[in-house]
Amino acid sequence: MSGASLPQACAAMLRRDLTLAWRRRGDLAMPVLYAVIVAVLFPFALGPDLALLQRIAAGVVLVTVLLAMLLALDAMFASDIEDGSLEQLVLSPQPLAPMLGMKILAHWLATALPLIVVSPLLAGMLHLPAAAMPALLLALLLATPLLSLLGAVLVALTVGTRRSGMLLALMLLPLCVPVVIFAAGAVAAAQQGLPWLAPVAWLAAALILAVVLAPLACAAALRIALDS
Amino acid sequence: MASWIPLWLHKLGSPPTFYRFAGALRPWAMGLALLLGAIGLYGGLVLAPPDYQQGDAYRIIFIHVPSAWMSMFVYAVMGVSGFIALVWRMKLAEVVAMESAPIGAAFTFITLVTGSLWGKPMWGTWWTWDARLTSELVLLFLYLGVIGLYHAFEDRRQGARAASFLAIIGVINVPIVHYSVTWWNTLHQGSTVNIFGHSKMAWDMLWPLLLMTLATKAYYVASLCRRARTDILALEGGKDWVRRIAEDEATP
Repeated sequence: MSGASLPQACAAMLRRDLTLAWRRRGDLAMPVLYAVIVAVLFPFALGPDLALLQRIAAGVVLVTVLLAMLLALDAMFASDIEDGSLEQLVLSPQPLAPMLGMKILAHWLATALPLIVVSPLLAGMLHLPAAAMPALLLALLLATPLLSLLGAVLVALTVGTRRSGMLLALMLLPLCVPVVIFAAGAVAAAQQGLPWLAPVAWLAAALILAVVLAPLACAAALRIALDS
Repeated sequence: MASWIPLWLHKLGSPPTFYRFAGALRPWAMGLALLLGAIGLYGGLVLAPPDYQQGDAYRIIFIHVPSAWMSMFVYAVMGVSGFIALVWRMKLAEVVAMESAPIGAAFTFITLVTGSLWGKPMWGTWWTWDARLTSELVLLFLYLGVIGLYHAFEDRRQGARAASFLAIIGVINVPIVHYSVTWWNTLHQGSTVNIFGHSKMAWDMLWPLLLMTLATKAYYVASLCRRARTDILALEGGKDWVRRIAEDEATP
């Protein structure tokens, strides 16, 4: 028995997951490539009309990032389930919720952060005005961890099922509606030169709530899904 | 004095007792639903006067509003029994939560369809992205997610517990649906009927609506009883009391 303290265990967990993600960095590029390709399809489907693209740019970037994250969510616990390390984590003496919080953080760093980095490029391709760029980045910085946290709870629920991809989309997308509304509202307000801090503040409030509650819910969901 | 009430409630939690109780309750609830529904529909479609502004088109309210109330009521029932299922691990609570979901989804679907049929002549559009309509649509997706998650598991009880958890997360949407017309400026009108206060509706139109509300509640009880009975038989398949029922029904 090692008597590691909670911060040490959290750090170890974060380091482990980030190392695992880095060893398979080819996979990390996939959501980014997916987002770029989806965003590129829109000008082809709608025609390269500048005014139209400008109006929909922020929404397209938000939804594209959301879908790319949805595709990557499935993998959050997949390898840990396969090799049994998730069960070991549940049995370990450390409290489960902060451990899962670290896993979610690592997953966010590995999938959402590259998407945020590439999002100005996507927005630029769709001619989003530069004035709205800070609002978009800030909204994404707050919205993507929310999606990761919400998604982690649902992924934990589907851990024991056979095919979870479409089911995950069906469960996650309704819960995402408010996130998308506030994020898009912030960018739309910025684009029209209106004050856009209020929707961002709502996102931040929701994020704070989710940071506290989602790891606990995730732990409860995992215990339900693994209990058989 | 009334110590038999808690005792009876505890006994009701056991599947065989509930099976018999639901079997006895179902015909009464169904009969009540048909009776109240018939009176309510007659009162609403024939006796109630036409609206001064909407003419006869408003009469869809007698389907739309009771279904909308039921869509939220059933979700609340599902959330509460899901909570009971998770905390006390009662088999019956799992059954009630999971068998409520398809009924609630059906009520939500009816609400959306009748609302869109009503919206076309009154608002000039089948659908608009206002808060009430969107949150009701999200409610439908939540029901479908709960049903989908329940059926994704091999083990039914585990599936029921996972889906109950999802239902509890989704409960947050119910007050949003209810207060959406107050919190946001929507095309959908605010609430006209107020249980505890003064309703902004003529009595001639109100009483059929209230009867329809009771009829849908009774229908929900009847439908839930039937679905729960079937589900309990499937869950308890190997038990003695189920075998006895099967033998009783097999003998001519």
